[in-house]
Amino acid sequence: MAETAVVPQGTGQDSRPDALLAVKDLHTWFELRKWGFIRTGWVRAVDSVDFSLAAGEAIAIVGESGCGKSSLAKTILGLNTPTRGQIFFNGRRISHLTGREGEWYKSQIGYVMQDPYGALPPFMSIRRLLEEPLLIHGVKDPAERHERIVEAMTQMKMTPVDDFLSKFPHMLSGGQQQRVVIARAIILKPKLIVADEPVSMLDASVRVEILQLLRGLQRDMNIGLIYITHDLSTVRYFSERIFVMYAGRLVEEAEVDDLLDDPKHPYTKALLEAIADPDAGNASVYRKVPGGEPPSLANPPSGCRFHPRCPVMIKGLCEVEDPPRFEPTREHKTLCWLYREVSGE
Amino acid sequence: MAHQSSGLTVEDLYLHFRTRRGVVQAVDGVNLTLDSGRTLVIVGESGCGKSSLSRAILRLLPRNVHTYKGSIRLGTTDVMTFNDELFRREVRWVRIAMVPQAAMNALNPVIRIQEQVAEPLLVHGSTQDLDEAIDQARRMLRMVGVPQDFAERYPFELSGGMRQRAAIAMALVASPDLVLLDEPTSALDLLTQANIMNVLKAVKQDLQSTFILITHDIATSSELADDAAVMYAGQIVELSTADQFFRDPLHPYSQKLMASVPTLREKKTLEFIPGQPPSLLDPPKGCRFADRCEARFARCSEEPPVFTVRGGRRVKCWLYESEATDG
Ligand SMILES: Nc1ncnc2c1ncn2[C@@H]1O[C@H](COP(=O)(O)OP(=O)(O)O)[C@@H](O)[C@H]1O
Ligand SMILES: Nc1ncnc2c1ncn2[C@@H]1O[C@H](COP(=O)(O)OP(=O)(O)O)[C@@H](O)[C@H]1O
Ligand SMILES: [Mg+2]
Ligand SMILES: [Mg+2]
Repeated sequence: MAETAVVPQGTGQDSRPDALLAVKDLHTWFELRKWGFIRTGWVRAVDSVDFSLAAGEAIAIVGESGCGKSSLAKTILGLNTPTRGQIFFNGRRISHLTGREGEWYKSQIGYVMQDPYGALPPFMSIRRLLEEPLLIHGVKDPAERHERIVEAMTQMKMTPVDDFLSKFPHMLSGGQQQRVVIARAIILKPKLIVADEPVSMLDASVRVEILQLLRGLQRDMNIGLIYITHDLSTVRYFSERIFVMYAGRLVEEAEVDDLLDDPKHPYTKALLEAIADPDAGNASVYRKVPGGEPPSLANPPSGCRFHPRCPVMIKGLCEVEDPPRFEPTREHKTLCWLYREVSGE
Repeated sequence: MAHQSSGLTVEDLYLHFRTRRGVVQAVDGVNLTLDSGRTLVIVGESGCGKSSLSRAILRLLPRNVHTYKGSIRLGTTDVMTFNDELFRREVRWVRIAMVPQAAMNALNPVIRIQEQVAEPLLVHGSTQDLDEAIDQARRMLRMVGVPQDFAERYPFELSGGMRQRAAIAMALVASPDLVLLDEPTSALDLLTQANIMNVLKAVKQDLQSTFILITHDIATSSELADDAAVMYAGQIVELSTADQFFRDPLHPYSQKLMASVPTLREKKTLEFIPGQPPSLLDPPKGCRFADRCEARFARCSEEPPVFTVRGGRRVKCWLYESEATDG
């Protein structure tokens, strides 16, 4: 076999010199316990993940529910402790940041949670919600705080600002609440925003507006953006590179148009096949999608995790050995044995 | 969408709820027609009254009903004239069945799948013979892709996708004239969603079923649609064939909604609708979409009637008054 294009996992060889964030061989496993104290196994929510993100770059991590997206987000944010692997931010290893350095790291990353209804404490006014991060990070001058609140709200098109400041979250629509969440995430002028399904609880007609605001901010302020979603149809509009996640792994990555126009991994192909664009013609065709369900992360299949559902699985190989990362075309990488004999160019 | 003896005709259907804050006008004067053997999709954003409409059609009413009136005809029979006992015996499951929202979580946990699926037959239907009913249930389960050995299991032993298929089999088992599907795939993962849509397409073809598919997801709705209706703030604002609707939606709300749907295969300019739908406690007097509508004009402060235009399409918007073929 001519394994010319193998990029070894976990060695960090792929990380870019200008990386704002670099994640290497990251594992986040959760203990499975019986009766609260006997460990019976692990849920491998994030299982050997490598990727990096340049300053000001927008990437999307796409995968179905339960594949480990939120676990990955929380590990990057420092809310989950990695079981193994490292995270570098601006070249600094952050897995071991403590005290002031930890505070600094938190101020550099804005977090937009999945559910705006759960993200905002109901008893705090919009003013207090936005003031809190500033107070925590030592902005002592009240006038400066006010100025920054007004700035963030204006960026989120929540004007006139005075109409909102004294309101409480429940008085706002879902879309407005999500703007508050985003305003809170950007008020410390972070270098990176992690947006975990930022619009999946919202209706179609307001989703686009929120995503456009987020993408606009990211460009204007040159912030890195990790857009996490299960909705592949939005990524072309709101990101530059896509990572496809399946059962704890990033199984494919490429620049957006490249990935959508020329998917390599059979799972990515299946996802694209499964998604409808509004068209009356859809009613007269069947979609060729594999059956089955995503595997349990506590007991994933041997070899490639997609092999039990894969229409082109190679017997004797895919169910036995974990595929390494191949690079069938430039900057287009995938964990799939189909590409074992394809050269890198 | 011409009238046909075995189709569905809904006229001036209202379902209002009493709440502490006032009367919620969840279904507020809905008119629909659907020929038998066709599928109507009803799309609309959350809270516009879609689930209430399906409950109104199947008379599954909560206690706090304030107003429930209108006519629901199956063929020539107006089932609204039936008393509750008659409706339960002769309509529900037998002539109209439903796969409710989150049906897969609503199955009885202590009854085997095949017995639950057989239940509509035993309680309402053709047979009193248990074996025969179970046979029929198994046939239906096989048709929707639930293998034999799964049929004998309990709901908790099955994945969400398999349970949802069982709920669909249960709705189909008594060969009803009409099946209501309320967001049948929204809680499932993407590949499972596509597989279940494939199942519904096959069922539709093989059994010539009449479906109403209710969803907030416009792209998915096109997978099954022969006809399409758009619901906004308790009312149907447009009813067209799917061909017409997906190519050229008429109502300004439908147009905006379509423009807000991201497409995978082509890159278009995405739009959004500023503002939010009105409260159903006290909806505006005129057109309910007017304050979010770029095309609004003086007339819109009055409630528009439903105009029939362009070969039978119906649209509740004053813009179409001049080309209307009725009234
Ligand atoms: N704190 C936790 N403890 C144990 N298991 C967890 C925890 N967080 C997530 N999981 C499990 O990890 C898997 C991945 O979950 P998650 O990261 O939320 O996926 P996604 O965001 O893609 O839906 C799931 O099986 C979930 O139950
Ligand atoms: N039993 C009820 N009592 C009071 N209000 C209700 C009841 N059921 C639904 N509603 C309200 O009716 C409106 C329409 O709800 P629903 O029919 O569930 O909409 P959809 O299915 O389109 O999301 C909402 O405002 C909802 O809160
Ligand atoms: Mg998640
Ligand atoms: Mg509903």
